[in-house]
Amino acid sequence: MLPVLRLTKATIGPGMAPPTNRIEVTLESMIESVDLAESIVMRICEAAGFSEEDSHKIGMSVREAVINAYHYGNREDRAKKILFTVELNAEKMTVRVLDQGPGFEVEEVPDPLSEENLLRTSGRGIFLMRAFMDEFVVNNPPTGGAELVMAKRLPLASDAGNGNLRGGAKDKES
Amino acid sequence: MTLHGTCRDSGGVAIVDFSGKITLGEASAMVRNMIKELSAAGQKKILLNLGDVDYIDSAGIGELVSAFTTVRNGGGELKLLNLTKRVVDLLQITRLYTVFDVQTEEWTAIHSFKP
Repeated sequence: MLPVLRLTKATIGPGMAPPTNRIEVTLESMIESVDLAESIVMRICEAAGFSEEDSHKIGMSVREAVINAYHYGNREDRAKKILFTVELNAEKMTVRVLDQGPGFEVEEVPDPLSEENLLRTSGRGIFLMRAFMDEFVVNNPPTGGAELVMAKRLPLASDAGNGNLRGGAKDKES
Repeated sequence: MTLHGTCRDSGGVAIVDFSGKITLGEASAMVRNMIKELSAAGQKKILLNLGDVDYIDSAGIGELVSAFTTVRNGGGELKLLNLTKRVVDLLQITRLYTVFDVQTEEWTAIHSFKP
C-alpha cells in the first residue's frame, strides 16, 4: 500500500526562478514514507546538480530524519503526520522534517562513537545526519514535535542561482 | 523487497550472499531471520558477503551489529566480506570498521575462522 501523500505546496521547476523553490509534503507515519521522502529528495538533488555522492548523503540523511520522525517522534502512530519540506535557493538545499511527537534535546542523544555505545543496535541516525550534511539543528517548536533542519550547500551556487540546475557537480570539501 | 540473500556452505562456513539494500523494514528483518536460523541450526562460522550491497542505513548497521553480537555471544564468529566503498566509509565513520572482522578474499576469509 502506498503512503497517503498530500502535497501542500510545490513550486519546484525549471521555469521557476530562485530565490527559493520549495516543496512541502505531508507524510503518513508509515514505513513507506521513508522511501518516499528519500525518492523525492533524490529527484531534487539530481535537478539541483549535486554529485552522486552528495545526493547519496542527502538521501540517506532524509531517510534517517523520516525514520526518526516515524519511529521515535510519532511512535508509529498513524494518526500523527510528518511534515517534510525541501527548500532550494541559490546557495543551498534545506530539508525540514517535523513530527508530532514529544520533541527531544539533541544534546541528550548518546554519542554512538563512544566505546560503551559502539555495539548498540540503534542511535546512529542523528550522527549520520550531522556527518553527511553541512548544517544540522534540532528545533522543538512551541507548537510541539521535533523539527530536524539540515542543509547542504549547492555544488555550483552561481549556476544554480541562474536557473542552470544541471551544472557540473563535485563533492564538497570536508 | 530491497534485499536478496542466499546461503551456501564452503568448508563448514555458512556464506550468505546479499544483494541490494539493508535498510529499515523487510530487509533488516531478513538479515535478522537468516542469522537466527543459522544460529538455531548450530552454525558458528558465518560470513556475510556484502559485495552487492551498496546501501545500508542506520537500521541496517544496527542489524549487522546485532548479528555480530548474537553470533559472538553464542560462541561463534561472524565476518564481513567484499564491502563496497560506501559501506566501508559508513563503517569507518561509525567506528565499526575495526569492530567487525572485514575480509576481502573469500578463500582467505573461509580459512580465517577458528577451527
